[in-house]
Amino acid sequence: MADEKRLMKGNEAIAEAAIRAGCKAYFGYPITPQNELTAYMAKNMLDKKRIFIQAESEVAAINMVYGAAATGARTMTSSSSPGMSLKQEGISYACGADLPCVLVNVARSGPGLGGISPGQGDYFQSTRGGGHGDYYHIVLAPKSVQEAADLTYEAFDLADKWRMPAMILADGLIGQMMEGVVLPSARDPASLPKKAWAAGHRAGTSREANHITSCWLVPEELEQNNIKRYRRYDEVKRAEVRFEEVNTEKAELIFVAYGTSSRVCLGAVEMAKKLGIELGLFRPISLWPFPDKRLAELAAKGKKFLTVEMSMGQMVEDVRLAVNGKAEVLFYGRCGGVIPSEEEVLAEARRILGK
Amino acid sequence: MELIYGHPKSLKPIQTKYCPGCGHGVIHRLICEVIDELGVQDRSVIMNPVGCSIWADLYFDFDSVQVPHGRTPAGATAVKRMLPDHMVICYQGDGDLAAIGTAEIIHAANRGEKFTGIFVNNAIYGMTGGQMAPTTLVGQKATTAPYGRDPIEAGMGYPIRVCELLATLGGTKYLARGSVDSPANIRKTRQYIKKAFEAQLRGEGFGMVEILSPCPTNWQMKPGEAVDWVKSDMIPFYPLGEIKNSLEEAAK
Repeated sequence: MADEKRLMKGNEAIAEAAIRAGCKAYFGYPITPQNELTAYMAKNMLDKKRIFIQAESEVAAINMVYGAAATGARTMTSSSSPGMSLKQEGISYACGADLPCVLVNVARSGPGLGGISPGQGDYFQSTRGGGHGDYYHIVLAPKSVQEAADLTYEAFDLADKWRMPAMILADGLIGQMMEGVVLPSARDPASLPKKAWAAGHRAGTSREANHITSCWLVPEELEQNNIKRYRRYDEVKRAEVRFEEVNTEKAELIFVAYGTSSRVCLGAVEMAKKLGIELGLFRPISLWPFPDKRLAELAAKGKKFLTVEMSMGQMVEDVRLAVNGKAEVLFYGRCGGVIPSEEEVLAEARRILGK
Repeated sequence: MELIYGHPKSLKPIQTKYCPGCGHGVIHRLICEVIDELGVQDRSVIMNPVGCSIWADLYFDFDSVQVPHGRTPAGATAVKRMLPDHMVICYQGDGDLAAIGTAEIIHAANRGEKFTGIFVNNAIYGMTGGQMAPTTLVGQKATTAPYGRDPIEAGMGYPIRVCELLATLGGTKYLARGSVDSPANIRKTRQYIKKAFEAQLRGEGFGMVEILSPCPTNWQMKPGEAVDWVKSDMIPFYPLGEIKNSLEEAAK
């Protein structure tokens, strides 16, 4: 049975959803603006005799996640942009060793130490395999506290299903704001998928030793492993694309935005309607796999796109790749922690349309 | 007829890729002998590091988890926390443990994590071809210390005595340093490993056995000379014995 609606911060809703999804081990390191998440886990994992460790660094935390995932446990880490950069080595290893885990980036603005205000400048790092080597992993971008909880809960299932890390790419606004949320019900531990490939619990079985590794020193073997993984990526692209559309049929110009910037664009769509201007919103929820097919369909209908991001323009490249020259793709961005206003986004759309 | 000596069950009967005269083979065997003696092969997990011993999973016939360079104790922390009734062995070389992974070993030890560290100290980077390690002796030559390790003029610092460093931490229970340079020292090293593994099975942590080990290839010596150099140069700087033993009285 699902709970009643309660008022929660995004960071806390993510943490509670993870606990309900059956997260048995959480590893974190302090960084703003995600500290409530780590504190919530400390309070609510330890009392359930689950594993919580404040690691000595983000690097150690992701490698603890790697270790816990290697034993087949549901496990998670969270951080914010500079900390996620530190985790990239471990994420590459987890992808190379096909280890399921959940990663949460409550992103801030960069580069460098940047600022602690919300940002969307980690899109490339998140969707392109931010560490070394050929790989991708699932990336989901919530727009609200409710969706942050729902997607976190679902991320554990997706990670297990596809044997890869699944990332929640939120930002400081989603993490810090409070909204009403109905939390998903707690998973029965017995219902979680069994993992015959994991390390440990060999006693009483007749299986060979399990080796969790990303190391293949024979080039042909490594190549075959990568090819096999990319076939799995193709399946993920077919099965796990998620997006939301608002008024895209009537609209002449469609905003493309995710997370916090999509909330701003939705406001602009509603303001435009009152002025008699039809604007639309296309909101990718899965940033990888990216909803490129649907964007291509909309492009074929003669739509124009205005990508709005809290960055100097990153997702806009995926939009351009998706429409492949069949439609005009424009960009409007604010960065450094600045959140664009509905008014300025609407003004940009009207300037483009000459209305 | 009674078989009194044979190949350990948990060590695969294949030839290793390690160089002639390398200490890893002997150390692998000691680990497996003790695992067989304790009867824990089917609940053992080896954390194999980055370095020559990345090949450990080819030889140990039990589960393994291969972790990024230096992060072995962080990975081992989580594996042991998730599998508290398993024997978790964190196998590391000197570059892995005392250079890139310094933070991870210090904090895992300080938390009193209940896995056992096996720290193979051969005073050099092996896999990458003979670079200076944090345990390289003063004056010892390496590809990145071609005139010998010079702590002052060239600012290369001093060799680190890891057991002594970790001994100050509240979480450490058992720290011993052995060597594989002679049958007597090999036997003593085996006793240290056994003591550390038994402590782990009792739930006592943190334990680590450092093992001085020859690397003839990168020391540019013949195997016999390398063993002699462990005796003449390494042991005087890295004293053998139990550096710290705070185990339960009965186990001492």
